[in-house]
Amino acid sequence: MTTAVAEAQDAHDEHHGPEKGFRRWLFTTNHKDIGTLYLIFSLIMFFIGGTMALVIRSELMQPGLQFVHPEFFNSMTTMHALIMVFGAVMPAFVGLANWMIPMMIGAPDMALPRMNNWSFWILPVAFGILLSTLFMEGGAPAGGWTMYPPLILQTGDAFPFLIFSVHLMGISSIMGAINIIVTILNMRAPDMWLLKMPIFVWTWLITAYLLIAVMPVLAGAVTMLLTDQFFGTSFFLAAGGGDPVMFQHIFWFFGHPEVYIMILPAFGVVSEIIPTFSRKPLFGHDSMVYAASCIAFLSFIVWAHHMFTVGMPLSGQLFFMFATMLIAVPTGVKVFNWVATMWRGSMTFETPMLFALAFVFLFTIGGFSGLMLAIAPADIQYHDTYFVVAHFHYVLVPGSIFAIMAAAYYWLPKWTGHMYNESLGKLHFWLSTIFVNVTFFPMHFLGLAGMPRRIPDYSTQFADFNLIASIGALGFGISQLVFVYVLLTAKKGATATDRVWEAPKGLEWTVPSPAPYHTFDTPPKARIAEEAFE
Amino acid sequence: MIRKSLFSLLGTLWAGAASADWALNMPRGVTELSAETYELHMMVFWWCVGIGVVVFGAMIISLFMHRKSKGVEPATFSHSTTAEVIWTALPVVILLAMALPAAETMIKLEDSRDPDISVVITAYQWKWHYKYQDEDIAFYSSLDRGSVEARPKNSGIDPFDVENFLLEVDRPLVVPKGAKVRLLITSSDVVHSWWVPDLAIKKDAVPGIINETWFRAEQTGTFRGQCTELCGKDHGYMPIVVEVVEPDAYLAWVETHQQDGERVAASQ
Repeated sequence: MTTAVAEAQDAHDEHHGPEKGFRRWLFTTNHKDIGTLYLIFSLIMFFIGGTMALVIRSELMQPGLQFVHPEFFNSMTTMHALIMVFGAVMPAFVGLANWMIPMMIGAPDMALPRMNNWSFWILPVAFGILLSTLFMEGGAPAGGWTMYPPLILQTGDAFPFLIFSVHLMGISSIMGAINIIVTILNMRAPDMWLLKMPIFVWTWLITAYLLIAVMPVLAGAVTMLLTDQFFGTSFFLAAGGGDPVMFQHIFWFFGHPEVYIMILPAFGVVSEIIPTFSRKPLFGHDSMVYAASCIAFLSFIVWAHHMFTVGMPLSGQLFFMFATMLIAVPTGVKVFNWVATMWRGSMTFETPMLFALAFVFLFTIGGFSGLMLAIAPADIQYHDTYFVVAHFHYVLVPGSIFAIMAAAYYWLPKWTGHMYNESLGKLHFWLSTIFVNVTFFPMHFLGLAGMPRRIPDYSTQFADFNLIASIGALGFGISQLVFVYVLLTAKKGATATDRVWEAPKGLEWTVPSPAPYHTFDTPPKARIAEEAFE
Repeated sequence: MIRKSLFSLLGTLWAGAASADWALNMPRGVTELSAETYELHMMVFWWCVGIGVVVFGAMIISLFMHRKSKGVEPATFSHSTTAEVIWTALPVVILLAMALPAAETMIKLEDSRDPDISVVITAYQWKWHYKYQDEDIAFYSSLDRGSVEARPKNSGIDPFDVENFLLEVDRPLVVPKGAKVRLLITSSDVVHSWWVPDLAIKKDAVPGIINETWFRAEQTGTFRGQCTELCGKDHGYMPIVVEVVEPDAYLAWVETHQQDGERVAASQ
């Protein structure tokens, strides 16, 4: 490239540089800025939801009520779930998608930048509304994040605000998903055909389709709740000829794909990180894609395994049991492929790799308990006990959240241009891993021994394991402050190279660190860039 | 109380896992199907342990042997059709081995034909109502007085001093040993769920719907459970107690309580 052209480009860049002050963030259409906003928002929600979890664990530390009343306890479990699912995990993955997908496929930005801005800025409004319900007459929603009627209709003034905030979250997710699909399908570098795409991009493409398919279903379900409450309909009210169980079917038709919405991008992240630190290509790239697609398809036909005790016909129970067990096959393929990627590699154990390895171990444990839960007769014993709480926290905390942490450490030097503090990163990893197990492992025993979930107080025979879990939760919460410290000091470390790590693959490592405000103004040659690494 | 439970924690650690306070696993229960459910649970558990040993074993070997600090040169392979076919097909076979016995148990669980006794259970916020279909017996069953007094915040009563804290009711459901008891479960307000782990029965109580399930207890004794579907502020305070008694004792119980019922009916 001649100097004159380079200068002209620099001048061009300056002209379109970020605005100053709050206008930069409020009006931004830049995928990197929006990605940062999503990630910061998600971190804030992680701490708000985490604080609620600590209220729950403090109350459950010993039998008897010490700190809160049962109604407020129920509000805490409800709000903790809504905030963690819709406010922490989902936005974190959308933030990662925003930052990384354009850079991984060689696109200059997301395809629909203004919609991108809107889909983010709806979120603070949605969660502002949701959190404001804590101060309303009748308290925050306390009917569980699953919002089962008729109980949820007993919510006080908060009810319409809950519904409206769920609508907003859904709109935000749908717009984000449309943007991701359009970007991936239309803006790839010319020689990056679909099966050449990095797995993170693939898993997000599949996730985005799931989002578009199921968020409207949730919107429909909560709208029917709204009309049942205020407009005299009886969709879910037996007295008017409606059916409360119908809500559960509709909710879980959304809810089960939602589970995979929260884990597929995590699979993608881990599939990027393990090859980098094993210095070996990902084993079975294409079968990873097929497995993720299979999981996505199966997620639509297993919803009623959340409802084995609701009173379904035998044939229904058997169908949902078999379909659910099938999910173990593609999920197993993924785990085997990760292990095969490590096998005969040349591994090093930087923080992102540590989190990714813990993901494989602990997510697999969550997968095992998932398989146990699929066995319908046994599920009748496990259903709505702490065994289920243990199961889904294993797949969501050392699953999704560890993958988000791994991604943050992995790409942080690319974002900031500096290496984070590796010792503190490792400290954060070890504290998190130890405490996450201290918190959630004993919950398996509590559930098997007969402790139902969502109860503010319990019989004395459950005291010991609850105490251990509460100590673990407190430790896990405090450990996350190390992460915040690492982030706050992220720019103080050594300057990062463009490659950052020894052997990463992908276009994002061909641009400087920190990544310039605009990348890939002209499409790169993906294959030439990749071959340059070999 | 923290000191007390820490103390009991140390105590149980000392005494080993045999202590009753240290329940680790699902109860085997007192019905044929609860035992079958337990066996299923253990079978899947051991399969998971086996698969875990293989997968985690391979991973741990790799973590220690294939590291850069040992000067390992990375291999370059990136797929193997044989391996991938094996680890897709083998799980299918293992899953079939789990699914078939599970389906068998499921079919038995759903077969509530020809009961000896039928009880209609109606859930309320926050108590249970039992009505024996063929007898003139019907009563509410709610949280026992001892727990009611101890449960409020700062009640000043240590839950450890209350016998069966939160798991005791004023009037238990009484059924005879060896009889097939059919439960017809519904609700008058929100969704609840009737669960007794030792009977391996959990069924949702849904307003407008009557659900059916059954059990046949093979041992006498008192078996405790709780509501397991979030049903509002006192969800944690609606326990279930089932007393399984010898058939003679059951008949005597019916005798006395039927008279009770008649007296109540007469006074209305």
